[in-house]
Order: sequence, then C-alpha cells, then structure tokens
Amino acid sequence: MHRTETFTDRINDALDNEQLHSNFRSAMNYLMEKRRDKFPDQEKLDNLRNIASSIRSNSLSNLAELLIKLEEKLESNNIKVHWAETDLEANNIIYQILKDANAKTIVKGKSMVTEEIELNEFLEDKDIEILETDLGEFLIQLANEKPSHIVMPAIHKSRKEISKVFAEHYPEFPYTEDVDLITQQARKILRDKFRQADAGISGINFAVAETGTLCLVENEGNGRMCTTVPPLHIAVTGIEKVVEKLSDVVPLLDILTKSATGQEITTYFNMISSPRREGEKDGPKSMHVILLDNGRSKIHQNNEMQETLKCIRCGSCMNHCPVYTQLGGHAYGTVYPGPIGITLEPQKQGITQLGELTSACTMCGACGEVCPVQIPLPKLINKLRSEAVEGNNANELIEGAGSMRKLLESLAWKNWKLIYSNPFVYSMFSKTTTTLNFISPKTIGKWGKYRTTPKPSKYSLKELANQAGFDNE
Amino acid sequence: MPVNEVYFMGTCLVDLFYPKAGLAGMQLLEREGIKVIYPSKQTCCGQPAFNSGYRKESLPVARSLIKCFPKDIPIVIPSGSCAGMIKYHWPELFEGESDIETALSVAERVYELTEFLVDKLNVELTDLGEPTKIAIHTSCASRNEMKIADRIENLVSQLSKVEVLEQERKSECCGFGGTFAVKQADISGAMVNDKTDTLKATNASSVISQDCGCLMNIGCALEKQNSKLKTQHIAEFIWDRTHA
Repeated sequence: MHRTETFTDRINDALDNEQLHSNFRSAMNYLMEKRRDKFPDQEKLDNLRNIASSIRSNSLSNLAELLIKLEEKLESNNIKVHWAETDLEANNIIYQILKDANAKTIVKGKSMVTEEIELNEFLEDKDIEILETDLGEFLIQLANEKPSHIVMPAIHKSRKEISKVFAEHYPEFPYTEDVDLITQQARKILRDKFRQADAGISGINFAVAETGTLCLVENEGNGRMCTTVPPLHIAVTGIEKVVEKLSDVVPLLDILTKSATGQEITTYFNMISSPRREGEKDGPKSMHVILLDNGRSKIHQNNEMQETLKCIRCGSCMNHCPVYTQLGGHAYGTVYPGPIGITLEPQKQGITQLGELTSACTMCGACGEVCPVQIPLPKLINKLRSEAVEGNNANELIEGAGSMRKLLESLAWKNWKLIYSNPFVYSMFSKTTTTLNFISPKTIGKWGKYRTTPKPSKYSLKELANQAGFDNE
Repeated sequence: MPVNEVYFMGTCLVDLFYPKAGLAGMQLLEREGIKVIYPSKQTCCGQPAFNSGYRKESLPVARSLIKCFPKDIPIVIPSGSCAGMIKYHWPELFEGESDIETALSVAERVYELTEFLVDKLNVELTDLGEPTKIAIHTSCASRNEMKIADRIENLVSQLSKVEVLEQERKSECCGFGGTFAVKQADISGAMVNDKTDTLKATNASSVISQDCGCLMNIGCALEKQNSKLKTQHIAEFIWDRTHA
C-alpha cells in the first residue's frame, strides 16, 4: 500500500492513469447494470432492504448477547472460539494456532478482515507460506498489490495486465490473454496447494448465533476447498457479522449476492457447522474462529455512527460511487475504499489520521440509495465532517474529533455566517460575494482549471421580483 | 384544500447567478392563479456550511430563513438540493434547539418547483417554441433525496416541439457537490469532464436541469471547453417556450 504518499498524491496518480480510469469505468458500469437487472421492481427491493436492514439492526442492538450465544454454540459444535481486541492480537492468536499444529503452508479464501489485520505480511514474516486462492486475490498477491475493491480485488487490472503478471510468475504455461485459460492454469496450480496445505484460513459472511453456523459466500469453490480439505480451518471475522437466527441468513444472502455481483445466488454457499465428525469422510479435523473487535466496539458505542457496522460488505456503494469510479480503490490508501471506507476507516483509525477521506464525496447520495442494509452513508459522512471540524476530542467517541479545524477555513465560514444570517448585510454584500469565494481562498483557483468563473447577474432575484411587483412578505 | 398562495424561496445561487430562472419559476406559479410571495429577507438554507461540517455556522443562517415563512402556506424552491436540505437535514441541524418545531413546520411545507407544478398544480403546458433538442440532467438531490426527478421529465414531455436526447450514465453526479468542487477540485474536474463528454455526445443544443448548482458546474465547464451546448434551468426553459 502507498502509505508514504499523501491522499492528494494518490488522487493525482489515479486521475492521471487513463488505463485505470477506463478499467474502473467499464467494471462499475457492468456491475451496476447486473445489479439493476436483478431488482426490476423497486417496491420489492425496498421491502427486501427493509428486512435486511432490520436484521442487521437487531444484530447490533443485541450484539453482546448474540456474541455470547454464538460462542456457546460454536464451542458446543467443537469449534474453538478466540476473542481478539486488536489486529496484532488476532495475528498472534492465528500464529499460535498454526504453530501448535506445526502448520507451514496455508491456503486462504478471500477475506477482507484478514486484509484489515494484514495477516499475510504477519505470517510471511514468520516464514509461513500463505497463498491466496481466490483468483483475483491470487493475482494481486502475485503482483504484490492490495485489493482495490472489497468484492473484486483485482478489478483495477485489465485483462492484458493480468496476463502479464501471470506469465511473469508462471513462465511454464504458454502466454495467453484468454481469461478462461488463465483460470484453468491457476486452478491447476491451486489444486496441488489445496492438497498439500496444512491449514485453511477463511473469512465469514454471517455467523449465526442460534445454531453456531458459519456462512461463507463465494464463487470459485476455493472457499470450500480452504474450509474442507486441510486438516485445520481457522475462520476470522469481525464481531459485527453475527446474526440472531438461521432464518436471518435467507434475506441477507439474497440481497447480498444481488447487490454485489448481480447474481441470484453465488456458485458456492457454505454453511459450516463443525469440524469433521466421527464417521465423516471430509472436513477439517479441528476448527477455530477468531472474533475480532479492532475498533468495532467503539463504533458500536456511538449510537449515531453504529449503523456503519450494519455493512454486509457487498461493495455496491463503491460500484455506484462516482468518486470511487474516478479513483479506484488504491487511492484511498485504506483496506476498505469507497463510501463505506470513508465512513468506516476514519472511525477505526481516527479523524486525525484519516478524516481527510471524508472530503472524497459529493453527497450525491447514490451509495445510500443502493445500500442493501440502508446504511445512511451520506448522512454518516456528513456527520464525520462535522466531527472533524467541530467535535471535541475530550468527550467524543471518535478519536481525533475536532482535529481538522483550520483557522483560515473556520474564519471563512464565520464570515459566511455573518453575511448569510443577516438579510441586510447579505443584500449589501450580495453583489460582490459568492459562497464559493469564501470557502477556500487558496484552492478556488482550481475551479478555473476546468471551468470558467461564474459571473454574478446584474440584478438579483430580489430586485427582479420587486420590479415585477411580487409581494415581499 | 386548494392552494392559492405560496412563498417562493429563490436560493442564494439563483438570487446571485440565475435570477431569471427564479423569476420564471414565480411567473409559472402566478400563471396558474397562485399568489406568489418573495420574502425579501431570505438568504440561504445553510447547506454550504452544513455539508462542509460547519453546523454551528449553518444553524444561524438556516434560522434566519425560518422567519421569512410565517404563514402556513407552501414554500416553493427552484432547487432539489436546497429543498432537500430543508426537508431532510434541518431536522438534524435543529436537533435539540428550542426552535426545532418551527423549523420542522417549515420543512414540512417545502416543495421543489417541478414537484409543485406537477403534483399540486397539475400544470398543462402548450409549447410555443421552435423545435429543439435537449438533454435533461436530473440533479442527485432531486433524484436520490427528494425522489422527484421524474417531474422534470413530465413537464418536458408536455412540450410538443422538444425532443429529449438521453445521455449515457444520466444518473451519475456531475461532480459539483458544493465545496467538493474546490476541496477536491481535480476529482470534481474529472467528473464534470466525463459529464460534459456524455452531454456533448447527444448533439443536444441545451442541457436542462432543476438545480442551478449542477448547471453552474456543467455550464462553466462547457464554456471552458468552448462548447456550443447551453445550459438552462427548467423554469426558464418552460417559461420561455410557453408564454406569448
């Protein structure tokens, strides 16, 4: 990840990269169309969103209780539960489990939470081989990059770029730009790895408290391989992924796959309820679940921002975000990009660190309209902007509140307030003053890089209305 | 109850940059037999500061507007964005304030202009203009927040000599976003360039919208590109074509 560059640098890099822009533009167009085709009836969609949203709200309202129930159920299903407060704790727990099992080679299914804790880097440092088995993740692991989308990690790469990366690492296969052929070749490579692996690691989409069932959504079968072939399976999940009942999974899965990839259902849907039982012929001999907090319980304490945790990671908000479409995922510099990223990451890592992400939003509202669990993303982003400049860090739940208040900018808004809250001052100044001029004296110039300067009209509407004889109160 | 009197809130952008659009909106209402009041003390809904995180600065501006609309009659606004600010964000802005009830009573009476013309007045239009081809840019606030984006299409469809050409990615934001256009000027610039590309590709002669923020952004970009494509607010477009 390009941690050393500033957000502005990364934005400029992204905007200068035409290939990147065209890759994202066509991919997002495709995904939006696929989703739209799955929801032809707005009323039915709204009903489903209401149901999904209330299931997730219910999870969050009873989070502690459900997590305890989940732990009990998992343990009674012979799945060992570990609680991790931080990324480091989670990594250490996973490492210890692997070490105890003498596991040296690991296959991993696609999981954003393991990206979040940077598990690969941690384990590689300890000389453990960890291989991504989702095709997209596999390719970006080869390219030594990070996912640029939470569902489609290699979406920033064109077919040509993918072919090149693959050929560089596997010269034994004949060069091809045929994606189906590359998939077949990757499959050959991965099959052997699945057979040889000492352990499989996966994420979780829904963890059912009622039954202790771990649900995993995927399309390639690699998730099933990771969770059934190796003798040891470790599942990692954020604590917010718990749902109360098994029946909750049905509407959530329905809206997740349709929202994410426009699929009626994914090719594979795994419901994992225990390690291999006596007499069974497959499945891991032992299973562990890591329940990760990593900032989530703090977000959970904030009643207003809590809705962030309803997210089921479909990626629909980024698919529909016009800013994400321009930039792609890497420019954000965070694990989760796009609207959910700029909402979640400043809360997790603090406004001082990442508050500037919230500026990458036009408030167009597209994300909020498509979110399957009705997270009011624009409202939350707006609230974070306010926390950034007006919040008081001493008694706020969001770290770094108030840290983005800048003297010049706040003076500009104070001036704006003085003028616009007083009709007399406003009419005196209205000829020479525009809102835009006040906002950021330093950066107003860039408006002109792409546009002409708007010219104030000779007469104001107030004057025209007066001349035309309209009543004025 | 039949409506016979309304307040007109021009918005700060219309007041200073697009007064003719505001006047046309008032004339359209007046032609339907409505008495239109333009409170002279109005300034701004508070949105620019609110969307930038400066709620403490936004509040007194919004508060000064409340006093302009004392009578219990509709408030018509030629902008989906400002109408949306009052209707959907004032409740948050005024939360815990002593005058929240008054603020909410204003919010309840707010209509976007095309919404009011179609839903409340059922206007019927007769096209007197020359044949023309236009593209419609529905603003994000009208579409996603107010959910009234189809009203502009309804009005235009009544104009017999107007052909509507559809641009690619019609519902995508133009990249204005208020202070976004200066804070993230380069992203905004890339977005407006994409938007003007799709609009120019239609070969329409003008772009019509219900929001002056979008029109300013798109219009100034088109002007920078020396494009012949013009921008106009829906109120002015309709008024020009339907009055003798």
